[in-house]
Amino acid sequence: MHIDIDTDLCIGAGQCALAAPGVFTQDDEGYSSLLPGREDGGGDPMVREAARACPVGAIKVTEAAV
Amino acid sequence: MTDPTALSAPVAFPQDRTCPYHPPAGYDPLRTARPLTRVTLYDGRPAWMVTGHSVARDLLADARLSTDRTRDGFPVTTPRFAAVRKRRTALLGVDDPEHRAQRRMMIPSFTLKRATALRPRIQRIVDGLIDTMTAQGPPAELVGAFALPVPSMVICELLGVPYADHEFFEEQSRRLLRGPTADDTQDARDRLEEYLGDLVDRKSAEDGDGLLDELVRRQAREGRPDRAELVALAIILLVAGHETTANMISLGTYTLLRHPGRLAELRADPALLPAAVDELMRMLSIADGLLRLATEDIEVAGTTIRAGDAVLFSTSLINRDQDVYPAPDTLDLHRPARHHVAFGFGIHQCLGQNIARTELEIALGTLITRLPALRLAAPPEEIPFKPGDTIQGMLELPVTW
Repeated sequence: MHIDIDTDLCIGAGQCALAAPGVFTQDDEGYSSLLPGREDGGGDPMVREAARACPVGAIKVTEAAV
Repeated sequence: MTDPTALSAPVAFPQDRTCPYHPPAGYDPLRTARPLTRVTLYDGRPAWMVTGHSVARDLLADARLSTDRTRDGFPVTTPRFAAVRKRRTALLGVDDPEHRAQRRMMIPSFTLKRATALRPRIQRIVDGLIDTMTAQGPPAELVGAFALPVPSMVICELLGVPYADHEFFEEQSRRLLRGPTADDTQDARDRLEEYLGDLVDRKSAEDGDGLLDELVRRQAREGRPDRAELVALAIILLVAGHETTANMISLGTYTLLRHPGRLAELRADPALLPAAVDELMRMLSIADGLLRLATEDIEVAGTTIRAGDAVLFSTSLINRDQDVYPAPDTLDLHRPARHHVAFGFGIHQCLGQNIARTELEIALGTLITRLPALRLAAPPEEIPFKPGDTIQGMLELPVTW
């Protein structure tokens, strides 16, 4: 799985980190970022839920091309 | 697709609720007219009313809909809003890129981590207020004794506003949001501007640790925000920071007390609390009627919204879209309520939502745990709640235990 966060769109609402705290966090400026070692989503079923919760559509989830 | 012109008579918006936790019965014709329909505003102007969940999410995130209320033709839902709409309003009153510049100054103070870090402090505030209530009662009037002071104390600490002034700014907020006349609203806005302007000026000589202190230091360092912008930010943070959460605490408590089965369930399993807060947010939708102005033609759901059209979002109807929430009028603490739009959606989604959720979890959770015999102290249908043209909530909440 590949996760893209568009920090130009991100408004720091933190809804990704609320939905999938095992994958997403907020950096010191409040923007969404991926936890170290979880850049591929770590198989967390809540990743898509986190993308859907984002109010500005800043998170794109794609199945990684092999 | 429902023909938006098919309604036999235009429905007026806003209307008063008949039950404080359900949308007004007068909106019933709108509930079957999804995803968007027409309503009439108080000044006779027709407006689009978005009622479908999916279309609402799309449109609330659409940059062609402006929230800049100073634009000509911006929809007005009350005479009091007409009186102040040209006044500078930060965040919710500006579009990108100005909005983005303001929001990015704010977000480090409103992250999930920050909300989590505030938990012990919020818990102490909540415990202290319940200690006072139990020392003086029963009974108690819960709006004044609990629902209002909890968020008021929290936002004061967060911003660096002296809580000693709470009676003043709570009164001005009340007049701003539901004063009896447009003049009253103007005057309340003037007084808040003056008060927060003075406070900000004093802060340049102090070294406080509130968000306003931080913004004053940023101003000295970078020249932005300027004084007027800083005051406008302070007004919206202070007003939005206590009024909305206070209403959710009062109306949330009333709603739980009217649903004893659900309340028992929540008491038995406190792990349900986060889901219960989101379900109450969905069901109560206290900010019911988000306003936008179309700046370009927008094709949506087989219809065209024209540039210059007024577009409204009824959060109470959107959050009861039965395609997303089966049995939408039922309070169900087990449903996945997460994607409700009670905090809005798009770039203007509530800045304070992480802190609001935390306050609600702690306030409601502690209240029902510490007062296991909590109940209404008046016939439920006689307890007054707010009219439909402002943020929804209880005017009073007499309780005993």
